[in-house]
Amino acid sequence: MVKETTALDIERNIGNFAYPETHTHDAGVGLTEKTIHYISDVKQDPDWVRKFRLNALRVFQGKPMPTHWASKDLEAIVFDNIRYYLSGGVQPKRNWEDVPDDVKRTFERLGIPEQERKFLAGVEAQFDSEAVYSNIKKAVGEQGVIFVGSADGLKNHPEIFRKWFGKVIPTGDNKFSALNSAVFSGGSFIYVPPGVKVKHPLQAYFRINAENFGQFERTLIIVDEGAELTYMEGCTAPKFNTATLHSAVVELVALKGAKIQYITVQNWSNNVFNLVTKRGLAHENAEVKWIDCNIGSRLTMKYPGVVMKGRKARGEVISIALAGDGQHQDTGAKMVHAADETTSNIISKSISIGTGRATYRGLVHVPKHLKNCKNNTECDALLISTNSRTDTYPAITVRGTGNAVQHEASVSQVSAEQIFYMQQRGLTKAQAMSLSVNGFVNDLVRQFPMEYSVELKRLIELEMEGSVG
Amino acid sequence: MSNPSALLEETAAAAAESAGILGGAGERNADLPAWFREQQRAAWIEFQNLPLPTIKDQAWRFSNVKALDLAPFHLPNEKPTDAKRRELLERSAELEETSGRLIFADDRVLERDALADNWRAAGVIFQPLERAIIEHEDLFRRHFMTQPATLGSAKFAALHQAFVRSGTFLYVPRGIEIDLPLETFHWLGGENVAIFPHTLLVAEEFSKVTLVEHFRSADRNRAGFSCGVNDLVVGAGAKVTYICTQDWSDRALSIQINATTVARDASALNLHLALGGNYSRMESLSRLIGEGARSDMLAVSVGEGAQEFDARTLQDHASPHTYSDLLFKNALNDRARNTFGGLIRVEPHAHFTDAYQKVRNLLLSDDAEANSMPGLEILADNVKCSHGATSGQLDDDEMFYLLARGISKTVARQLLVGGFLNEVLSRLTNPVLVAKLEELIAGKFARRAR
Repeated sequence: MVKETTALDIERNIGNFAYPETHTHDAGVGLTEKTIHYISDVKQDPDWVRKFRLNALRVFQGKPMPTHWASKDLEAIVFDNIRYYLSGGVQPKRNWEDVPDDVKRTFERLGIPEQERKFLAGVEAQFDSEAVYSNIKKAVGEQGVIFVGSADGLKNHPEIFRKWFGKVIPTGDNKFSALNSAVFSGGSFIYVPPGVKVKHPLQAYFRINAENFGQFERTLIIVDEGAELTYMEGCTAPKFNTATLHSAVVELVALKGAKIQYITVQNWSNNVFNLVTKRGLAHENAEVKWIDCNIGSRLTMKYPGVVMKGRKARGEVISIALAGDGQHQDTGAKMVHAADETTSNIISKSISIGTGRATYRGLVHVPKHLKNCKNNTECDALLISTNSRTDTYPAITVRGTGNAVQHEASVSQVSAEQIFYMQQRGLTKAQAMSLSVNGFVNDLVRQFPMEYSVELKRLIELEMEGSVG
Repeated sequence: MSNPSALLEETAAAAAESAGILGGAGERNADLPAWFREQQRAAWIEFQNLPLPTIKDQAWRFSNVKALDLAPFHLPNEKPTDAKRRELLERSAELEETSGRLIFADDRVLERDALADNWRAAGVIFQPLERAIIEHEDLFRRHFMTQPATLGSAKFAALHQAFVRSGTFLYVPRGIEIDLPLETFHWLGGENVAIFPHTLLVAEEFSKVTLVEHFRSADRNRAGFSCGVNDLVVGAGAKVTYICTQDWSDRALSIQINATTVARDASALNLHLALGGNYSRMESLSRLIGEGARSDMLAVSVGEGAQEFDARTLQDHASPHTYSDLLFKNALNDRARNTFGGLIRVEPHAHFTDAYQKVRNLLLSDDAEANSMPGLEILADNVKCSHGATSGQLDDDEMFYLLARGISKTVARQLLVGGFLNEVLSRLTNPVLVAKLEELIAGKFARRAR
């Protein structure tokens, strides 16, 4: 069958490039206390951060791999072969003109600047571990919003940073949150003052550009009472021959009446282990919403969570996963109800293509003596090929009366009738499949900001073309 | 009815002297064939080598593994007295009409050869395990303990095999359709006694049979341990209905491991009614190995006090064009806990599979807890699979309606809970069995009312 690639205004190899590595600080491979001291020295960490890192290293070394429930593929990660810190030695820049040319070229190929700049309130782009470009629109800065790299945050805003850092996701939460706590660098720190509604989404792009290099960014977002924020994170990475590790920690704090929407489009190359811990804390009447889309990586394990700590808090996870050949998208959600009248909603849609495997893993917890808590969970899986795989592993605990929890999941395939109908009208099979799959996720894709939903649809089209015919 | 506890005093006293089961089976089965005892010795070694489950094992997630202390339990040693025997026999009748009945107390046969003559003449075998081992060695050996215990209790399956000495062997030859159900009773007698009831049901091609098994404690106040295995082998085109009612004492620990293999165009229906026990775990594996095979897995539990029910299931679709449907309903009062861990697994190439799984929890008190882990693993396409899990409470409007008509709160609750559970029971087509199960549930409600 003739592939219809030309009909699309997008290049399949667009993420398929790499630039020569010119890192001025390199911690070498492997992870010991020496590595931690090296990172702390280069980053000129305050003492408490150095101690925090060293403690996290011990926790990391003490924890076993979670292979009793997770994929055995995790065993393919050789921690001794990974570089835990790299930096171009450049300070975060606020001026586009100051950004090095080759870095600019990277972003241009990703299509970030120019057309998107006007949509964005500020860009915090991360090239390897350090933020190399950081710009907040004047208006946002004037509202008192702090949007800086995490290193900058912990140095210059310790009074807010320290109060919440590591509180939503403690070091010992899991092996990979401990790893991140030990070697974190990069990531964003955002503080939105009370009552400030940030109109435009803030955005950060992440890339990995050094072979065998793990990226361990750490993001902390605090939205004060009655304030609102939308944050977007997207990533593509050049393709490499050996596996890379990406293990981020993202903590969100929504104080009373605040709203946070965190949007991710993950498109790492197919050799990246993407093991991320994301959790939000929602106080009274606050809302935390994760919109999470996973397309790339070799293995993604990511279960965005919301701890609903205050009365009437709300949590939501919208998840789209696309598992192509050789990929395993192990995604899901965690909803912990810790106060009365809290409500949560999980909607997950996954598509498995070729030998791809999509897994939904969920946790819903309603402890006793809570009243009027509600959870709704819907998981739909679409299987495209005969050797595709999909799994669903929810765990739901409900104690006491007065709460309502429901979980539903279904698995299906593309309707042969739909395909036949579309082919009758002159569409190729690939086009028909792509339309059908886009229809399957359409109601979720619509929740993404416009430019993301366009990008997503294109990515799905690209995936489908490779799988049919 | 006379007081059963007085009758069992003597056995309990004698049993207290014997060593605990953790000391091994010893000469328990000295009368059984060498090959069987050899297997038992191997199983004992396996039991000792396998680790005790911990809460970190996925198959034991949410389970109260602390309840699994086997140290207090010992083997029953003395034969029941005539008086006890008579009393238990009297209590061992639930179905009015059966094709046969076997009654066991503390792993000993109280009554046997109860099979109606016409079925015996047709080649049906319905006899205690220890006789089948000898009289039908080839047939028995072919199927005995051949199913893997993959749902977490491999250690307890090994323990069972190391100790098993009695149970039911039911063999239905090709084309034989037994109209009336067969019934068995397993009584747990003395204090801290351990029993290992085994059931092996082999239904040959195009046969049809219904087996109803009752597991009970002679004395509702006595602790005890039951570690049972029931394997059902359903041949091509055969239809098997298996009902297990469990009403142990509230101090009993029980583990019941089921494996059902369903061949081409055959159908199996399993129903598990869980009423008693302190900690009761049920593992049920349905393997659909031939095209057109169907398995219905049903369960009802009513938990009160500090009871804990733990159910783990696997619907394993190993062949295309197979169908499975699971429906579990749990009513939970007081501090009762329920854990459901179920998985639908559609193997590669098992295309055109329909698999459904539904678990519904009704929480009747603020301290009750329901854990649900409905899982799917789909490795084929062209499948229709869905699962659902809900946890909720009684509907206020329905309650109000009944109260407004002068029905007491207790009765209104019973009616509503009964209605909730009835959806499962009504999947049975035999109205006599439905009525019997409803009666057993009502019996538990009545005990609470007293």
